[in-house]
Amino acid sequence: MQGVNWTALTIFVILFLFVSWLGFAAARWRRGDLDQLHEWGLGGRRFGTVITWFLVGGDLYTAYTFVAVPALAFGTGALAFFAVPYTIVIYPILFLVFPRLWHVCHKRGYITAGDFVKGRFGNRWLALAISITGIVATMPYIALQLVGIQVVVGALGISGTGFMGELPLLIAFVVLAAFTYSSGLRAPASIAVVKDLLIYITAFTAVIVIPMQLGGFGKIFAAIPPAKLILAPPGAHTTGAYSAYATLALGSALALFLYPHSLTGILSASSGKAIRRNAAMLPGYTFMLGLLALLGFFAIAAGVKEMPEYAAGFKQFSNNFAVPALLLHSFPSWFVGIAFAAIAIGALVPAAIMSIAAANLYTRNIHREFINPNPSAREESQIAKWVSLIVKVGALAFILLVPTKYAIQLQLLGGIWIIQTLPAVMLGTYTRWFNSWALLVGWGVGTIAGTWMAIAANLTPTFPLNFGHLVLPGYSAFYTVLLNLVLVLVLTPVFNALGSRAGSDETLASDYFA
Amino acid sequence: MNDTQGRHRGWSWWYLLFIVQIVAVLWPPFYNSVEPAWMGIPYFYWYQMLWVLISAVFTAVVYFATRE
Repeated sequence: MQGVNWTALTIFVILFLFVSWLGFAAARWRRGDLDQLHEWGLGGRRFGTVITWFLVGGDLYTAYTFVAVPALAFGTGALAFFAVPYTIVIYPILFLVFPRLWHVCHKRGYITAGDFVKGRFGNRWLALAISITGIVATMPYIALQLVGIQVVVGALGISGTGFMGELPLLIAFVVLAAFTYSSGLRAPASIAVVKDLLIYITAFTAVIVIPMQLGGFGKIFAAIPPAKLILAPPGAHTTGAYSAYATLALGSALALFLYPHSLTGILSASSGKAIRRNAAMLPGYTFMLGLLALLGFFAIAAGVKEMPEYAAGFKQFSNNFAVPALLLHSFPSWFVGIAFAAIAIGALVPAAIMSIAAANLYTRNIHREFINPNPSAREESQIAKWVSLIVKVGALAFILLVPTKYAIQLQLLGGIWIIQTLPAVMLGTYTRWFNSWALLVGWGVGTIAGTWMAIAANLTPTFPLNFGHLVLPGYSAFYTVLLNLVLVLVLTPVFNALGSRAGSDETLASDYFA
Repeated sequence: MNDTQGRHRGWSWWYLLFIVQIVAVLWPPFYNSVEPAWMGIPYFYWYQMLWVLISAVFTAVVYFATRE
């Protein structure tokens, strides 16, 4: 890699300092008593339609997404575009299910999915399973956000071994941890506004300017090998890439809003109406994600992989270096600074929300449920603040000590695990017909089967399911959540007949709407 | 749980628009081809990007149609 790019680095540092200040100042924004968990951890549920749009957008479309999706297009081709149907399908789900969940959580003072499941099904062990799944699935996701920072810091020319090499990441991390601790969810909500503006500027500029440099879209797509341009049509006796593409999109969509950080973002909205409006407005981010996926193709057409100045970057970060290399190749240094700052700040927002969400889960559904049942409001928010720190230290240690590929593989497993909470959390907003022990068995079997499938597929997302003499390659998370659902449906009457009395439902039908 | 749900909380026929958009993007045989390309962009890509816009419009329609 060449030496340090001082212009880009200066712009980068200025923007980073600005959002750090914003993160601390956010404590006084829409001021609330931060010694209350719902104030620290949900911003007092006061965010209207516009702030929710920025917050949820910044939460779901993470820095890692912006690096990894184009990287997948760069390396694999058309399959990467599954991110587009994925982020189209999430919005009907958001529209139909989550206003109900918002209303019941608002009326009952729930902060986490675990709170809701405990109240709805009256089974603390089911709530514990849901909460632990949430925490475990979130940890590698935080770690991947730090990878996003690592890649752009590397691309700025800051390299080195040992402590000096890791110093920028450590600084970013300390800043992140400090403003999350002091401001809670208000910090990522305010930073998300800046981050999204920077990302939009970067994405639209890149999609207009780079094709002009490369001679138009026609030339760019002509440079892509035909095998990468569209999905390979399936051969005989298999649904091939088609079922893989569709189940990856659908399974990822079903899993997304079950992640604790998604729920935290949604629950911080000020009304169910704000959520429904956002279901129509958030596709703006999907459109941008589609444009960014195309950057992977721009990078192929520009030929950055063959350029000697980027060889070291590709060696260190593999295809994740495609977008940074393309930006370095195509833009003047000052704009590279803005673009890289957008990616790095884009990592801070979700990382902060994720650690807050994990902290809320631990505090409410593990500590309060099993260790100290009657904390004062102040004790509760203190515990959450400390847990948010511990979670981030864990993620940082993971990234510094363990090869990145393990974080990616664990994040894959995290998706398979989190989707197993779908029957209790998502369907639970519509019905409490399910027996809570049947839900627990379905969760357990789905988790084990999904983990096994992922390992059998060499820790790749798609598993070749044999159905007679037909092979259906598909996303393990999708297959195993179906298994989970079937088990819940079959076992519910069985457990009921065996006299297993489910706990009582403390929610009322009228809790689920305005 | 007793069924005292409000009128606008049950099924609405407008939700069929959601099913249309889900099927349109989750059935790759509909769009897995290079032609017809538009401004040099293969069909596979512009079709899906177009559905991002259509799905946003559909969701807005459902939002206004199912408001109380």
